[in-house]
Amino acid sequence: MEALIFEKSTPGHREAKLPTSGVAEKPLSEFLPAGMIRQEAPALPEVTELDVMRHFNRLSQLNFAIDTNFYPLGSCTMKYNPKVNELTARMDGFSGLHPYQPVETTQGALKLMHDLEKMLASLTGMERVTLQPAAGAHGEFTGIMMIRAYHEAKGEQRTKVLVPDSAHGTNPATAALAGYEVVSIASNERGLVDVNDLKAHLGPDVACLMMTNPNTLGLFEEEIMEIAEVVHAQGALLYYDGANLNAIMGAVRPGDMGFDVMHMNLHKTMSTPHGGGGPGAGPVAVAKRLVPFLPTPTVEFADGQYFLSFDRPQSIGRVRAFFGNFGVLVRAYTYMLTMGRDGLTQASRDAVLNANYIKAGVKDLFDIPHTQPCMHEFVLSGDRQKALGANTMAMAKRLLDFGIHAPTIYFPLIVHEAMMIEPTETESKATLDRFIATLRQIAHEVETQPELVTDAPHTTPISKVDEVTAARKPNLCWTC
Amino acid sequence: MNFSYLPHTEAERAEMLKAIGVASIDELYAAVPQRLRDFSLEIPTAKSEFEVTQHLKELANQNRSTNEFASFLGAGAQRRFLPSAVDWILHRSEFLTAYTPYQPEVSQGTLQVIYEFQTMISQLTGMDLANASMYDASTATPEAAFMAMRLTRRRRVLIAANVHPEYREVLHTYAAGPGAEVVEVPLSGGRVEMGKLQELLTGDVACLIIQVPSFFGTVEDGRALAEAVHAVGGLLVVVADPTTLGVLEAPGAYGADIVIGEAQPFGNPVSYGGPYVGYMATKDKYSRQLPGRIVGATTDSSGQRCFTLTLQTREQHIRREKATSNICSNQALNALAATVYMELMGKDGLYELGNVSLQRAHALASAIAALPGFSLPVDGAFFNEFVVKCPMPVDTLLEKLRAAGILGGVKLETWYPEYKDCMLVAVTELNSPAEIEYYVSTLKSLTAEKAVGAR
Repeated sequence: MEALIFEKSTPGHREAKLPTSGVAEKPLSEFLPAGMIRQEAPALPEVTELDVMRHFNRLSQLNFAIDTNFYPLGSCTMKYNPKVNELTARMDGFSGLHPYQPVETTQGALKLMHDLEKMLASLTGMERVTLQPAAGAHGEFTGIMMIRAYHEAKGEQRTKVLVPDSAHGTNPATAALAGYEVVSIASNERGLVDVNDLKAHLGPDVACLMMTNPNTLGLFEEEIMEIAEVVHAQGALLYYDGANLNAIMGAVRPGDMGFDVMHMNLHKTMSTPHGGGGPGAGPVAVAKRLVPFLPTPTVEFADGQYFLSFDRPQSIGRVRAFFGNFGVLVRAYTYMLTMGRDGLTQASRDAVLNANYIKAGVKDLFDIPHTQPCMHEFVLSGDRQKALGANTMAMAKRLLDFGIHAPTIYFPLIVHEAMMIEPTETESKATLDRFIATLRQIAHEVETQPELVTDAPHTTPISKVDEVTAARKPNLCWTC
Repeated sequence: MNFSYLPHTEAERAEMLKAIGVASIDELYAAVPQRLRDFSLEIPTAKSEFEVTQHLKELANQNRSTNEFASFLGAGAQRRFLPSAVDWILHRSEFLTAYTPYQPEVSQGTLQVIYEFQTMISQLTGMDLANASMYDASTATPEAAFMAMRLTRRRRVLIAANVHPEYREVLHTYAAGPGAEVVEVPLSGGRVEMGKLQELLTGDVACLIIQVPSFFGTVEDGRALAEAVHAVGGLLVVVADPTTLGVLEAPGAYGADIVIGEAQPFGNPVSYGGPYVGYMATKDKYSRQLPGRIVGATTDSSGQRCFTLTLQTREQHIRREKATSNICSNQALNALAATVYMELMGKDGLYELGNVSLQRAHALASAIAALPGFSLPVDGAFFNEFVVKCPMPVDTLLEKLRAAGILGGVKLETWYPEYKDCMLVAVTELNSPAEIEYYVSTLKSLTAEKAVGAR
């Protein structure tokens, strides 16, 4: 393990050298109110650049990452992050732009945003797109606030948001943040939205239904047209959670399915790196009737010039300062141009192929509650193994021993001992074969030496973590 | 056909389809209604890496980077020195391409980085704990307001009108959700008008949000504002620029309950406004209401120290609609940049960063104030940004400055119509004394031109 940087600190060591001011300095007391001058220096570490480089390089070696390990993490779309995207985002003509520069000096950046919006609109079958939201959940909030503004503009106060019981946690959290009462809709035995339950909950007090299609079980909601119809008949709108967009590029579009608003996760579908938890980007696409409510500003083009438009009287307002996670947008734009329309379509097709291939390779050893073909991911249940003494958590930890990141586990909530597997399209057949073989070996170990599994992981930098003490006696700051 | 990043050959695809027991990938899409399949994508065809790079270069060349200018733009986005080591570490694939550290056994690198980030943010702000990051300062603003609302069970949120205008806009957008009643505290001479504030401080105030230094660059007496809001049982939320915190008092020391801010200047380029990295810190007793991810130290089964995400019962993936926020992805990589930056700077470096910026800003401000026609319309203490009133329309002046290679400032009238002909000027350690002199002499000659023209 690596010591904390604070434990390596030596008084007087110091790396980053700044220029001296070069002007005639005066005491701080001449410039600042006495009570506002710092009395005690913050206890930042005192280390050299070499200390810092060794520290972070060693720390990095304690991580799994896509560039070192396979990450079959359901709903997270851990596809390869192309390196050219990093290069383009770092070009000085992009990374050196200040958001308040005059637009005459940022025409290339605005064109990029304008063209990215067009491509995303076409990919999703929507009218327009705001690039402002910083992540998926932020996009959800933006979308739900637009839905709210839409109803209010019609003079309607609707109070409920419907969310299937298989939904991502951000969906109900977002609806609650936006001030709505969250109502859960049941899934049927095929893992799809129960249309009868949906109908029973629809009414004039419902603002929208939030859905993912394919849903979090990796199943395509084949009754989507009927769902859209019943939702719209009640004056409610249909929200699409784009977390699973990687399944359907070029195959079917949310706009055509009847969705009114959706967010995308560019850090999933458009290959921008997760960075250990961000930054992402969560653009929101809308159908025509929601266009007036888009956040300000929008990027427009007229008379040969790109510009920022603030003239949107019905806008919900800003959801973020400036224009969003621009550096992430450059990466996504680079990726979309590299893949092209046919490459994006093939990416989804291969993602679906890979998920079904893994499923076929393990279906005899694990319970798979839903048997129809899956899309880009599938969910198996560890019930059979749990009965033998090793639950899904144990099997997930055991996978780490083989250099494979754990799948998403215990989600969706409607499957017992759930293990949600999403291989993505960038993994080779050899990697998939090895993963299948590993899952089969673990299933075998559960039968023959379950303690090998329940005691896992054995080969990781640390062993089982005491989460209980971490939560009961929080130690969240070294020097406090 | 073969595309970038897609490894399968047609033979492999055929083999896999056979194993699945279907004849084609189309069969796997059988659940998609036929009538939804007819469309064409308006996206260009695939390009090679070289072609894409050339195209992006062309687009980048249609922009003019701040690095081509003497730039005095600030207002929430700061061009600061980026130590070489920062980007070098950001290139480490093990950080760049890792997922959120939900599996602590294989994520100790990311987890320890966040723990060090939390520790240093706590130190800078004088708070007990910080979270793993927010999207940026603008979105941290409503998150802090909502946290204060939960803690006080009150709905009224006061925000000083000299908090960044776009942070205030974001707060107004968000407020409609949980039904916050947002009231802006009026200014007098660019500062919070204490009399008006007293009138607004009623028993239903959840918090007062101030920015230090303010959007105008001013430094007000935080203690007086803290006392005022505490007197009615409300909380003080401070938006603090971390680059000033080596010099300025820690907000915790003058009574802040929640401190938020923008850590972009710590190792992150201006990048046309994002990705940036918001931070959020508070006191121990409020930890269960803090939104976002938090990392804690603990031990593993062999007793060695390790780190893990903790207090997760606040979060959306556990609590769903009862979570403290819907935030999931944050800005981990940007927080990594800030962490490396803070460690390279250390305690002395952070002081110098603040001091150099402040001393140079005051030198420039005095020189501009001495020019005929220019004045500093906002009185009192300021840090490294200040307001300049110009003898001609700001747009005209800024355009002339730009022609001379200077990005002179940000037009204040955009948000504050009462500040006609005014611009906000920012000075950092990157504005050399020579650049400052050049700015002053250019302003002088531009206004002299005007005087000649007027004759």
